[in-house]
Amino acid sequence: MNDSMAARPAPLVTVTMTVNGRSVTRSVEPRTHLIDFLRNELDLTGSHLGCEHGVCGACTVRVDGDIVRGCLVLAVQLEGARVETIEGISASGEITDLQEAFVRRNALQCGYCTPGMLMCAAEFLRTRPSADREAIRDFISGNYCRCTGYHAIVDAIAETVEARRSAKGRGGHR
Amino acid sequence: MNSFKGVVGTSVARPQARRFVFGRGRYTDDLRIAGTLHAVFLRSPYAHARIEAIDLDAARTVPGVVAAFDGKAIASVCAAWTAQFATLPDHRSAAQPPLAVERALWQGQPVAIVVADTRAIGEDALGLIEVQWHELEPLPHPVATAVADPAHPPLHAALGTNIAYERCIVAGDPDTTLAGADRVIKRRFQFTRHTGVPLETRTVLAEFEPGLRRLTVYQSTQVPHQMRAIYAELLGLSEANVRVIVPDVGGAFGVKLHLYDDEIAVAAASMLLGRPVKFVSDRLEAFVSDIHARGHTVDASVAVKNDGTVLGFEVDDIMEMGAYSVYPRTSVGEGLHAISLTGAPYAAPALRARLRAVFQNKAPVGSYRGVGQPIACGITEHLIDAAAAELGIDPAEMRRRNFRRAGIDPPKTAGGIAAGDLSHQRCLERLLQLMDYDGLCAERASARKAGRHLGIGIAAFVEMTAPGTGLYGAAGVKIACSDGCTLRLEPSGVVTCVTGATDQGQGSDTGMVQLIGDALGLDFDQVRLVAGDTAVTPVGGGTWASRGLVVGGEAALGAAHALRDRLIDIAAALLDVRRDALVLSASAVRERDGAKSLSLAELGGMMHYRQDLLPSEVERSPVVTFHVVPTGLIANGIQASLIELDPESGFVKPLRHWVVEDCGRVINPMLADEQLRGGVVQGLGEALLEECRYDERSQLQNATLADYLVPMASDMPDIVIDHVHTEVTGTLLGAKGIGEAGTIGAAAAFVNALNDALRAFGCAISEIPCTPERVLRALRRVP
Repeated sequence: MNDSMAARPAPLVTVTMTVNGRSVTRSVEPRTHLIDFLRNELDLTGSHLGCEHGVCGACTVRVDGDIVRGCLVLAVQLEGARVETIEGISASGEITDLQEAFVRRNALQCGYCTPGMLMCAAEFLRTRPSADREAIRDFISGNYCRCTGYHAIVDAIAETVEARRSAKGRGGHR
Repeated sequence: MNSFKGVVGTSVARPQARRFVFGRGRYTDDLRIAGTLHAVFLRSPYAHARIEAIDLDAARTVPGVVAAFDGKAIASVCAAWTAQFATLPDHRSAAQPPLAVERALWQGQPVAIVVADTRAIGEDALGLIEVQWHELEPLPHPVATAVADPAHPPLHAALGTNIAYERCIVAGDPDTTLAGADRVIKRRFQFTRHTGVPLETRTVLAEFEPGLRRLTVYQSTQVPHQMRAIYAELLGLSEANVRVIVPDVGGAFGVKLHLYDDEIAVAAASMLLGRPVKFVSDRLEAFVSDIHARGHTVDASVAVKNDGTVLGFEVDDIMEMGAYSVYPRTSVGEGLHAISLTGAPYAAPALRARLRAVFQNKAPVGSYRGVGQPIACGITEHLIDAAAAELGIDPAEMRRRNFRRAGIDPPKTAGGIAAGDLSHQRCLERLLQLMDYDGLCAERASARKAGRHLGIGIAAFVEMTAPGTGLYGAAGVKIACSDGCTLRLEPSGVVTCVTGATDQGQGSDTGMVQLIGDALGLDFDQVRLVAGDTAVTPVGGGTWASRGLVVGGEAALGAAHALRDRLIDIAAALLDVRRDALVLSASAVRERDGAKSLSLAELGGMMHYRQDLLPSEVERSPVVTFHVVPTGLIANGIQASLIELDPESGFVKPLRHWVVEDCGRVINPMLADEQLRGGVVQGLGEALLEECRYDERSQLQNATLADYLVPMASDMPDIVIDHVHTEVTGTLLGAKGIGEAGTIGAAAAFVNALNDALRAFGCAISEIPCTPERVLRALRRVP
């Protein structure tokens, strides 16, 4: 860092985006990460910081339908974007079955990785649902969990895939 | 009538999990307290350096910076500390200041604190701090200072040596015994330093209220009462004026068990400023400021007869300590476990074990999940396999012949551990069944014909759980080995449990609720639990040494029995029936064989609002408290690992893993199994990936999560669990701890499996983590 940077903070930039279905406008420093924006500006503390260098996945959120690392995106990049967090996809009911499976199977202990893990698992369920354990393990490998050893998380995701599949099957016969 | 079904022994889901899956966990950084300032630290870039001058003036001029303090300023309100045990009088330990003054002793030691309106502004200001450093030579490797150059200038001059602690254990006349051996198999082991990496970094928010001189600390910690005592003592406050509140904790594993210089400096800054101050460690500083663990260089041998009888073990452990002995538990527990537990599962009578714990210019070493027990297991089980291979005996058979036999072998191990009733034999037989050992050996043989290199490894272990007051209280250290539980019958008939135990997601709180519900005939959802606040809960030890549910659960059960007896006393008088005719079931006190009953809601209502209706001759308070002092329980188990080695790349893939564990009674099978699975994966991380890599200047080379690897889902196998149940006598609960069992045995089972595969190539590895580079070096495919 050089001295002039420290002495003169950059001017604030105003950004408007839709977060969990609600339009929000804030003036932020250009360096503000999306995860800090969500947590500090909007008090959406469900998404967590684990490393702030894009490795652990605890800050995983959805931007315009795709999951991203909240610590690798700047808030000012997201003018007009649609952002969804664990708070949003919990309220919408999109992953209620997955959340129930996580609870039932104890696919979390400390819970710190869980919102990011659920965002990632939701993406798996949406884009390439498969109960194949290796496929699940590969897909969630960018989300670190230090407590469970992953086995129970894989179980919960696989169980949700199967349950959705059989619900769909039943629907088809109706 | 008695339709109540208890839930102890069933896999009830954790109610708390429902908060986390909706993103409603509340961790320390999620709290919003008006007026909070943010602390950041300038840390030493050198492993060893003199601080000739610090200029904080430029930092102070940054708009939004409220204050900046150096070590002297913080020392004006915070005393230094020295980790010492009265029970270890020859442990040499030096005073550690909250911030380095005059000299920094490791890369990452905090030197100055900046407090600002936001963390970002604080970090900007850090760049303006001018320090005149004079770099000094870091200490060489502990093997050099302990053995080759014991006269090397000591890091702490007043101690006169770099050896912080030395201990020898000699049992069973090793000289004579070992002279009778047919073979002595020797190995040099290297267990590389690693660290805990809880996903939530250390976080603390200290709020000093100047009017009353009261300090409230919200902290991500395992040990609120320990921290209350420390903050009071070092900050010169009355213990009654310090309150520690523990919000949700995002993983801990031993990392959040110690006093950290930066954390108490935050409390000191709050006192100096009269404002709430928060500090959230970032991941980069976590790597150089969290405690590290392991870090042992060990020469060890096993003596055997040609018939496979194991006669004894010799161990010489040189343990890395870091720059200070960690407060308040010291750093030497790791080494003491490593030497005293070597050979523990075996009947071999002879042991000669020596520990030297050595200072370094590196981050301090503290208690991390397993605390030295994985080292003892790694040494022992490697040597047993090596001996079995030399003698041409199957590894399972080698263990079968040599395990301690309950009731036959002396109740104490050669290392002095009271392990009389352990179930090693039964665990082994169950494991072999569970994994289909013979089938797996056949699979390994056919795979080898097809050019694939599978390996099978077994590792037995003991686990020291729920220690008694001899560990800390007798050492003069204010850490409770006891736990307390208060139960309140609420007016609604619901029971509130206020516990001194803490839970970071393991599920000990769920286990306590199960125990209380069953004892009081209440449904699981009729019990509420409060924990993690020193102003509210009975004094307790917190979470460490696999004690949470063992001690907290015992206290909960004792309290539930006391409340049950009280409710029966009252109901017996009100219903005019004999006490022994009454039971608690389905939310009521009921006649066992009659129609009379009083619901807990009726009793709760009377005990709060209509005391005039209650009999005067019995105790009528709706509150009971029960305290438990444990005496230490030793659990045991065995693990197995199946791996595949790629000899071309050096990559090793764990394919499957099995655990058979004996903790006595299992309160919640799902949660117990998940403790084992999580522990196994931490152990496999230790075996395969995790290491703090330092260069020759003691600079940490891989202090990011991209460079320091922890297990990912795709790295890890499915883990099959089963239990053997040996009755535990002398407690209400009948259960031993389980929290560290997975970590203790996993690396040893994995390394044994890898060495099984390497045997075809005539080589072995005794250094972890088993990175591709180390594996290829063992295979002599790279220099």
